[in-house]
Formats: sequence, structure tokens, C-alpha cells
Amino acid sequence: MSKKYFVPLIGFGALVALLLFGLSNDPKLIPSPFIGQPAPEFKLPKMYKPDETISVSDMKGEVWVLNLWASWCVSCRAEHKVLSRLIAEKKVPTVGLNYKDYGTEDYGDDALQWLATLGNPYTAVAVDTKGMAGIDWGVVGVPETFVIDKKGIVRYKFTGPVYPDAVDDILIPLIDKLRAEAG
Amino acid sequence: MKRYLGIFVFLTVMFGVTSHAVQIEFHQFDSKEQEQLYLQLIAELRCVKCQNQNLAESNAELATDMRKKTYEMIKEGKSRADVVSYMTARYGDFVLYKPPFKTKTLLLWIGPPIFLLLSLFLLVKLIRKQGHEKSEALTESQRESVRAALDTKQPNQEK
Repeated sequence: MSKKYFVPLIGFGALVALLLFGLSNDPKLIPSPFIGQPAPEFKLPKMYKPDETISVSDMKGEVWVLNLWASWCVSCRAEHKVLSRLIAEKKVPTVGLNYKDYGTEDYGDDALQWLATLGNPYTAVAVDTKGMAGIDWGVVGVPETFVIDKKGIVRYKFTGPVYPDAVDDILIPLIDKLRAEAG
Repeated sequence: MKRYLGIFVFLTVMFGVTSHAVQIEFHQFDSKEQEQLYLQLIAELRCVKCQNQNLAESNAELATDMRKKTYEMIKEGKSRADVVSYMTARYGDFVLYKPPFKTKTLLLWIGPPIFLLLSLFLLVKLIRKQGHEKSEALTESQRESVRAALDTKQPNQEK
């Protein structure tokens, strides 16, 4: 049998391989263009001290974490315990960006209740009622977690709820590495 | 606009006239150009939450916010390039329905034309080959057997 009869078969095989590869890709994981870029600035009121503000530049000089969350977000509840463990273990300053939640017509002070029940691991909670700081940070859906280095450069973005293995295998080693870098 | 009106009517009928869930956005622009730019941009920018819709079509909250941001930037007098670079700085080229032409997207842009040319080339080659292929003449004994076969198989036609 001539070899050319195998050409369509090989072509078909290649197509199947390509489609299988496509299946294993998650279209929700949009690579963040912020990695390696300076963290976008925001200056927002603190949830517990509305007269005071918290800004990105306040955090300069140390490795810190920004976590976007909301009380209406179900997977944030799932991630809360895991994130709290990371914060307690590494003593890493963490700003919680409360996204379109506290102070909105729909959710009022649900966020306060939420933290009172589940515990507040955050160094500060920034209130982004209108979600404009969220857009500045390229939010697609909460929760999202960023790691920022001493110079204020975004080094890592985690999309979706952080899970225990991600903390042990990715976040803790990364924080250790960034802490060892010169400020 | 007609389409939105349809959606509005549909929702009103579905959820009752008193429903306040239907939100229609009204934007006031300084000029016709600004309005055009806005409409153009929301048609070209992708809603990153509901990935197969543009900002104009999507009802997702994120799309609403991104429309709002686009509107605000245009009202401030920002240009088309300003809005596009603001969005791509945050969401990457993915936010654009029409990706820019650069090394990373080279295959995306030139892939289809190359594929078309290649297909045409192969097609032409195939057709030419078929035309040039000479059919060998049958020998006399082969002709005889063909005739015999035709005659026996279709006796009716002889009548």
C-alpha cells in the first residue's frame, strides 16, 4: 500500500492532538500583563477606619500580598482559611481589597459580618465600593491574589481561590525568595 | 439600538413592568465624535469575564464597569489609543477582538493566508497531475473481453 494513504491519517492524528491540547488549556487563566510591572496605585478608605486611607505606596519596602475578595464571593469563603494560614505562618503583610461589596446598595456591611465570623487576617482592608481599583488591577473575577516585592513590582498573580498546595508549593517559596532579594 | 429595545421589552414582559432590575445606560457625550468613539470601542473590546462577548453585548458586571471606565476616559478627552493602551496594560492583548500585529501574533495573522495559498498550490498541482496522466490503450483481447462482458450483462438493450 502506498505511503500517501497514511497522510490523511497522520493529519487527523495531528488535529486530534491539537484539540486535546486545547482542552487542557483553561481559557479563564488570562496571563496578567502586570508581572514584572510596578503595582498600580490606589488610595482607598480602610474598612475599619474610614477616615484613614491605605495605598499601594504605603506598602513599599516589604514583600506583601494583595488579595481581592468580597463577602458575596463563595470561593473567597473557601480560600479564607488557606489564606489566613499563609498570612499567619509567613507573617506577610496582606491588604484585602474588598471589591464592590462594603458600602454598596446590595451588600451594605455584609463584609464586616463576614470577617467577624471567619476572622480577619488582613493587615488592612481597602474598600473599593465602585470597583475602579479592581479594574486598575485588571480584575476578572474575585478572588485574585497578587504578590508584590520590596520595590513595589508585581511578581505573581494567582487567579481563583488559593488552595493548600499552592500555598506550600508556590506562595511560601516565592515569598522567601523575594524576602532574600535586596530592597 | 433596536436590539436593546427588544431585550428591554422582553425583560419587562418577563419580570413585570414594575421590575427595577432592568438597567439602561444613558451616556451624555460632548460631541458626536466622542459618542462614535465610545460605540466603536465597546464593540471592539472584549469582556474578559464572559469571553465571547464584547463590552457592548455583555451584561456582566465587569463589562458594565469597563464600559463605565471607557466612558469616563472618553469624557476626559482621552483618545482611542489611550483607552486601548489602558485596557491592554491591565488585561493584555486578549481584551482586543482585533489583536495587534506583532511577533507573538504573527502566526495568527499570516497563518490563514499561508494555509489558503498552500491549499491552492496543492489543488492546482493535483489537477495538473490528473490531466497529464496518460491512460494506456487497451489491447485487442482486452477490448474483446469488455465487449463480451457488456453484452452478457445487459442483454435487454439489444432488443
